[in-house]
Amino acid sequence: MSEYVRQMPDNVGPLTRPPGLARKMHVDAPLLVLLLALTAYGLLVLYSASGQSMDAVVRQGRYFVLAYVVMFAMAQFSPVRWSRWSPWGYLLGVALLAAVAVAGVGAKGAQRWLDLGGFRFQPSEVMKLAVPMTIAWYLGARVLPPVSKHIVACLLMIAIPCGLIVRQPDLGTSLLIGASGLFGIFMAGISWRFIFGTGLVAVFSAWPAWMFMLEDYQKQRILTLLNPESDKLGAGWNIIQSKTAIGSGGWTGKGWTQGTQSQLDFLPESHTDFIIAVLAEEFGLQGVLLLLGLYVLILLRAFWIGLNAQSSYGRILCGSITLTFFVYIFVNMGMVAGLLPVVGVPLPLVSAGGTSVVTLMAGFGLLMAVSTEKRVVGQ
Amino acid sequence: MTPAANIKVQHWRGYVVIALLVLMFLALVGRVLSLQVLDSGRGVEFLKKQGDMRMLRTAELPAYRGLITDRRGEPLAVSTPVISLWANPKVLAGSERLPELAAALELSAGELEERLARYAGRQFMYLQRHLVPDRARDVLALNISGVRAEREYRRFYPAGEVAAQLVGMTNVDGAGVAGLELAYDEWLRGHPGKKRYIKDLHGDAVRDIGVIEPVRPGRNLQLSIDLRLQYLLHRELNRAVTVTGADAGVIVTIDSHTGEVLASASYPDFNPNNRSTVTMSQTRNRAVTDVFEPGSTMKPLTLVAALESGRYETTTLIDTSPGRIRVGKKVLPDPRNYGEISLSRVVEKSSQVGITKVALDIGHEPVWDVFNRFGFGQSTATGFPGESAGLLPQRPRWRPIEQVTLAFGYGLTATPLQIARAYAVFANGGLLPELSLLHREAVDVRSVRVVDAQIAADVRRVLHEVTGDQGTARKARVSGYEVGGKTGTVHKVGAGGYLDDQYVALFVGMAPMEDPRFVTVVVLDRPKGDNYGGGAAAAPVFARVTAETLRLMGVAPTLAPSAEMLAATATGGDA
Repeated sequence: MSEYVRQMPDNVGPLTRPPGLARKMHVDAPLLVLLLALTAYGLLVLYSASGQSMDAVVRQGRYFVLAYVVMFAMAQFSPVRWSRWSPWGYLLGVALLAAVAVAGVGAKGAQRWLDLGGFRFQPSEVMKLAVPMTIAWYLGARVLPPVSKHIVACLLMIAIPCGLIVRQPDLGTSLLIGASGLFGIFMAGISWRFIFGTGLVAVFSAWPAWMFMLEDYQKQRILTLLNPESDKLGAGWNIIQSKTAIGSGGWTGKGWTQGTQSQLDFLPESHTDFIIAVLAEEFGLQGVLLLLGLYVLILLRAFWIGLNAQSSYGRILCGSITLTFFVYIFVNMGMVAGLLPVVGVPLPLVSAGGTSVVTLMAGFGLLMAVSTEKRVVGQ
Repeated sequence: MTPAANIKVQHWRGYVVIALLVLMFLALVGRVLSLQVLDSGRGVEFLKKQGDMRMLRTAELPAYRGLITDRRGEPLAVSTPVISLWANPKVLAGSERLPELAAALELSAGELEERLARYAGRQFMYLQRHLVPDRARDVLALNISGVRAEREYRRFYPAGEVAAQLVGMTNVDGAGVAGLELAYDEWLRGHPGKKRYIKDLHGDAVRDIGVIEPVRPGRNLQLSIDLRLQYLLHRELNRAVTVTGADAGVIVTIDSHTGEVLASASYPDFNPNNRSTVTMSQTRNRAVTDVFEPGSTMKPLTLVAALESGRYETTTLIDTSPGRIRVGKKVLPDPRNYGEISLSRVVEKSSQVGITKVALDIGHEPVWDVFNRFGFGQSTATGFPGESAGLLPQRPRWRPIEQVTLAFGYGLTATPLQIARAYAVFANGGLLPELSLLHREAVDVRSVRVVDAQIAADVRRVLHEVTGDQGTARKARVSGYEVGGKTGTVHKVGAGGYLDDQYVALFVGMAPMEDPRFVTVVVLDRPKGDNYGGGAAAAPVFARVTAETLRLMGVAPTLAPSAEMLAATATGGDA
């Protein structure tokens, strides 16, 4: 009898384990651990990159505290609610973008901020999440894979905020948001034929885009990428300096706070967009691989969450957020290593700056909300 | 579509996406790898070098220039550390702190701006060189960007104009440009070292890495000069020039035993601590560089030739009446008719007629030979820049007048130092010393016998007689000591030949006569007034110089004090 019971228990509880503390708190423990590790590593590098300024580290630390609070808060709401709120968030974001176009404030020739009584706010950050959420909401409620008219509707939803952001002008952010929306469509499962068709259109539209859409400074960046030596003291300076810093790191690097190119101000933007050059110089290839390893683990975990999501909304949203996160990494590192043109994309969770950290962590909050959603399948 | 199929599609899509991501990650890793580790021409080695090029700099460490001291170790040229301030005009121009900087540099703001404008577009401009370190630090403490400092040494000459022509000077960059500073530049200069340092983007030196080449300081140079004698000669030369109204003058004293130059003063002089006022004529060390005809000071050498010929002794009588003699078309007079006098008296009186007769008798060859042996026409080989060897011409045919004038000391040129060296032969018992401007140990002394000791002694006796009651140089006498010497009064050469009213007054003397050690040459160029002759203008200078020299050198007096000296002592006056 006892053997039978052992072989075929019928009085066990649910097949899944009982929810642990993390699950009750709506926190995905592996993801949280990886994010914390990345945060710590980032602050370490930032200390060195900011010229060994504890102030800079404390300031960035405060942003992180805020960002983790936001992440935790967002994880508390179920994907169903997020899905319901998505279109309203989107509409609010578009309204704010329109407000920026009318009454925004700016710096360096770009008009990107809203001044809310001493507090500066960049509405394009909202759209970084609102666009993929809206796409997920729209397609998640429909039969997948989507039909053409739904895709066209989605493209329209992407194009409106992107157009507004391009006009600020902020091409980099606009492309990132556009990409996050397109990733949503892609995750919803459009046909490969459609993707290839779009690709062809993109290639053939490259020339008119170059001729009519890009500003001179944007063209200059692309040309400079192709041949940095052509403008050593101008636009090529950043790339040459960052490559020099990376290259002089070698296998093991020069040691923390010992990087000559970064510590002696040769490396421009060393604590923001080009922070990975500091890391590469001081910690060498080992340090770069450690960072990439953390990123890869975070991406894998995020994908795993997306693939195991309970709803189409969750799947599409997670996929989109994850791919966007990857694009951040790829664009930033590609830029610093001289593979891509210089666009102002920070290295996610490492570069100094509050806005991007909060936005990214909010995205991870959404991921956690999806991962801890009550299971309806597989029980 | 069933949920199951839906999920299947999504998974498949996910794998494609992951594969794509992995590929992109590999591209990134590959890129970093090629930059950081692989050496592919523009890889790690190239980039490391590029990195070093941006921040590693080499700076020169200035070498300390050696001291120049006198024989007793008194400093004649000293290098002291100073700071030169320079600016990067590109950075400094347009700074709102220019007035502040100008005030600190004690310039007017306009002046500074004008200089900045002149150097616009360059990266280097001296603001002020050779500042006292304290003042430079005050300026640097303002911390104005673009203002930098450079350590240098500045040469100071404690003796000032006293030894100026001899010691010479350096230029603003510390390289010798005149005198012994130039001659021994290599020895004094040393080798600057090199250090490596790290600089940042703004050009500021952040940290020294280390010395890659140590500084090798220059070596010291100890001169044969005795600064006390140098002061003395300088003072007496200035006094003599003032009294006689001469255009220029030289006094040089050598040690006849060792050949060391003990002091050498030239007029006009200059202050080597202030380069801005220096002219070329002031920097000449005339004892070495200037030549003139030695005139009657050569007569003792003609005497040597006569004695060596075996046909004359000092007592041989020579008839000089009627006080003049015709050679070719020229008539050579004595001041008065001396009658029949001994050969030694001929030299004492500097009788033209007597010397003429001797010269015509023995011919030019022995005279030329003696002059040559005594070093005329040959460099004094001290290595001093611009040192002249004079000229002792060798002619294919000698007309009688040329034979005679050579014996008088005309038709050849010599430097004061050459004359001193020739007289040192007499002082030295027939040995010609090798001259030196550097302190020399006794063992290093090299002399060449050029004349028999007995003849040298004979000539010495004659030279002593020149300062006797019957001689031309009574004013050369020094109370308490026996001295000897010879006057010379040489017509200067002008555009149309010898000038009747312009002279060079000369005196060459030695002391003490028992064993003469100090040979002094006094040359005054174009003394004015009646006292233009060697006996009247130059001999007293010799007397003053020699009296003081003997006392400084601790030579005991050999004569009973003279009446004047006693009188001076009794009244408590200064001798």
